Amino acid sequence: MHKKSIVELSASLAKAEISSVELTQHYLKRIKQYNKNLNAFITVIEEQAMQQARLADQRRAKQEYVTPLTGIPIAHKDIFSTKDVLTSCGSRMLSNYIPPYNASIVEKLQDAGMVLLGKTNMDEFAMGSSNENSYYGSVRNPWNPDYVPGGSSGGSAAAVASRIIPCATGTDTGGSIRQPASLCGITGLKPTYGRLSRHGMIAYASSLDSGGILTGNAEDTALLFNYLACFDPKDSTSIQQPTPDYTAKLNQPLDKLRIGIPTEYLAHDLNPDVLNALEQAKSIFLSMGVTFKSISLPHTHLAIPVYYLVSCAECASNLARYDGVRYGYRCKHPKDLTDLYFRSRSEGFGSEVKRRILAGTYTLSGSSYDTHYRRVKRMRHVISNDYQNAFKEVDVILGPTAPTPAFRLGEKLKDPITMYLSDIFTVSNNLAGVPGISIPAGFSSNLPIGIQITGNHFTEAKLLNIAHQFQQQTDWHKRIPEQFA
Amino acid sequence: MAWETTIGLEVHIQLKTNSKLFSTASTVYGADPNTQACSLDLGLPGLLPVANQKAIDMAVRFGLSVAANIDQCSFFSRKHYWYPDLPKGYQITQHSRPIIKNGQLPISLSNGETRFINIERAHLEEDAGKLLHHGFHGNAAVDFNRAGTALLEIVSAPELHSPEEAVAYLKTLHRLVRYLDICDGNMQEGSFRCDVNVSIRPTGQTELGTRTETKNLNSFRFVERAIIYEVQRQIALTKQNEPIHQETRLFNPDTGKTYTLRSKEDAEDYAYFPDPDLLPITITDSSIAQEKEKLPELPWVKQARFIKDHHLNPDDAQILTAQRATADYFEETLQYCQADEQLVAHWIIGELFAALHKAHLSINNSPINPQQLAKLLNRLHDTTISNKIAKIVFEAVWNGKGDPDAIIEEKGLQQITDNSLLERCINELFARSEPQIAEYKAGNKKVFTYFVGQIMKATQGKANPAQVNLLLREKLRELYT
Repeated sequence: MHKKSIVELSASLAKAEISSVELTQHYLKRIKQYNKNLNAFITVIEEQAMQQARLADQRRAKQEYVTPLTGIPIAHKDIFSTKDVLTSCGSRMLSNYIPPYNASIVEKLQDAGMVLLGKTNMDEFAMGSSNENSYYGSVRNPWNPDYVPGGSSGGSAAAVASRIIPCATGTDTGGSIRQPASLCGITGLKPTYGRLSRHGMIAYASSLDSGGILTGNAEDTALLFNYLACFDPKDSTSIQQPTPDYTAKLNQPLDKLRIGIPTEYLAHDLNPDVLNALEQAKSIFLSMGVTFKSISLPHTHLAIPVYYLVSCAECASNLARYDGVRYGYRCKHPKDLTDLYFRSRSEGFGSEVKRRILAGTYTLSGSSYDTHYRRVKRMRHVISNDYQNAFKEVDVILGPTAPTPAFRLGEKLKDPITMYLSDIFTVSNNLAGVPGISIPAGFSSNLPIGIQITGNHFTEAKLLNIAHQFQQQTDWHKRIPEQFA
Repeated sequence: MAWETTIGLEVHIQLKTNSKLFSTASTVYGADPNTQACSLDLGLPGLLPVANQKAIDMAVRFGLSVAANIDQCSFFSRKHYWYPDLPKGYQITQHSRPIIKNGQLPISLSNGETRFINIERAHLEEDAGKLLHHGFHGNAAVDFNRAGTALLEIVSAPELHSPEEAVAYLKTLHRLVRYLDICDGNMQEGSFRCDVNVSIRPTGQTELGTRTETKNLNSFRFVERAIIYEVQRQIALTKQNEPIHQETRLFNPDTGKTYTLRSKEDAEDYAYFPDPDLLPITITDSSIAQEKEKLPELPWVKQARFIKDHHLNPDDAQILTAQRATADYFEETLQYCQADEQLVAHWIIGELFAALHKAHLSINNSPINPQQLAKLLNRLHDTTISNKIAKIVFEAVWNGKGDPDAIIEEKGLQQITDNSLLERCINELFARSEPQIAEYKAGNKKVFTYFVGQIMKATQGKANPAQVNLLLREKLRELYT
């Protein structure tokens, strides 16, 4: 059952070949069997899930409010607020926090009839590229348990890659959906900033955070995206823009497509297997009649420093609310108010979060605001302009998602700068607000390699179309780690 | 040495919006603690602010009323500090680009002069919660009902020079924001609170002295007293060659003194930056035009018109224009009334205000409506009733006994203007008043008042006093001849 795509499962449900209860039981069983080793889930809600599944079956039986997603299991990254279900954000700070409301994304998928099985592990407050920064422990890469799954949506990526869940939500602030999708060999879409609602998504860096999804293939992603993309009045940065039928556009021919590969990406010290996968992908696209062009994103080298300045500044502000007063972790026996603040935050946050809060506080403080924050905002415009110039010449941009396949657990923990560089090809999208999709495109000694396609604002339909056509010619996305087959 | 005082005022007005600046929670005052704080107001993770358009419209309306510049692309910033009543660790406010800039407020001084006081800026911001210190066994509790309430902070230029001017400015502003219907002006409930910046300098010095800021004054009287105290304190310090520290102070109404809350040296770095959760506040030309249409006649314009067109003296005009409802009541009464404006003004300020005050009613809830008051005054004007009877009729109408005319009719309160009837009364009186007549004849003219009183008594006050006077004099004269 778990080898089927969501589209296939949906068809089986529609024909009553299987029930949602059976499907849910199957995945719950797999979670029970494999999660111990993967550590992909923080919370599994078996009872509620079964209840939802029964409801979904009733809906299908009565043909009431049925969507193609009715009865399909899903997991949410533990950054999305789920009513009455622990939402820890991978942090000790929120290890006792149960939201009284649902995030808009959670609500929309629930309305479509999806069955929530649990909440996935993640780097604390979405800060990390390896999922080693979680209060709930590291997540393992299903392809090799000694390797990281990537981050920060590592739990979602590992769970989908091992098919212990057919799909999961994620968030992407600098690559947190695309990089783990790449490292785990699955499909991950980071939409245009403002395309999905941020309401109920715990903020890391508000101007960069995007919700998105991780699935087995582009067709499934399109199906889910049909139910996610919309304007939300509860999010002032959400954008009013028509939503096409993403599924209907999957099969458009690519013969008129122009793809650009930035010279800056190739100049980077790329892993030879990653470079090879990119070359292979290029020849597949060429065989479909696509034209390739060499382009330039001249300010690529600025992306990482600009990203860390912006994201740390916003995170320092966003995380100021965790003070031990109203909810979340509170230190034991505070002496006074200062002690309460000081120890609750010192004990409640992990080291990477503290590092970024400190950096961000510095960026925003008095005199450094002008030298750093203001200048950095200008640099963001420069990086956005690079994309706008590129999109005058080509329709989409192709490149590797990450410079290397998955790395070993602990390998980069001691060296935050190297860790930060694993986001080198993904952060620019967030700075410019443009969408990107990572799809599997090869292997390097049994570890997956992903490629990224980037388009201009609101071109998700195009990206899914290209990814789907690529997946019609390849079978990388169908591979499942042997252990989980 | 002569000293000059310089005062700048920062007024926080609570905007009269039903919901908060960024959430849909209610803003009604006085609810049980934390019953009007939604998840967003409590700073729960994941919730995003959505700016209240009504609050923005109100800020625009205020800007227009003081002829200010309206920034059509201002934005919200985050101001960071730590306090338990601040749920997000930052306050959403406006910093480098306030929505309103460079306005002017005309204030009238007691010498009859009008001065224009510059308003440097007005910006939108959210209020914080409230700490409760009593009843928690030595602990403190937080009530977040007020958290997120929409405020407009109005900052004057430092160009007021006396407590009198400061209070005149505040009263003018207070009247204005109620006219604009953007603030209920309730000072006890904190809807209109004031921070006062005071400095002194030797007269003639161009450079301003070091200022202190006295925060959260919620009555005009406290503002006045705080300024007087602060000026005296600063002069005394300077005379002793002691420095004045730039600091934030509080006023204690019991002692009449101000005291240090915190010095500016430990001023925090608020780390302002534009709030990434909110878009810039864009204001279109058409929304400005719409607000312009909603502008009422401004209070100082109305007051001048009352003096000019209704021939009122400045004091009465001031009182009648203190509230829009009073001014409307006055003008509506005039519409139905043949009596002159001063009479109407005096009845409203005198009889009506006294009755309203006694019954703790606002003029909007007056049991007597303008039409009824007009009818009553018309009868007074056409001498159907006397002033004294008018007061009785007023009371009857107030108590819901019906229309003035019906009451007058029913109770037979019309003045007795029938000469023969009055003459009969006088004859009867004279018949039993021989000693008094003798006194009168002897030259004691005071007895005349006795006669008038007796006639009024005999007619139950319904006689027209002027007519009684006339007839009495005639009759007395007859007695002589």
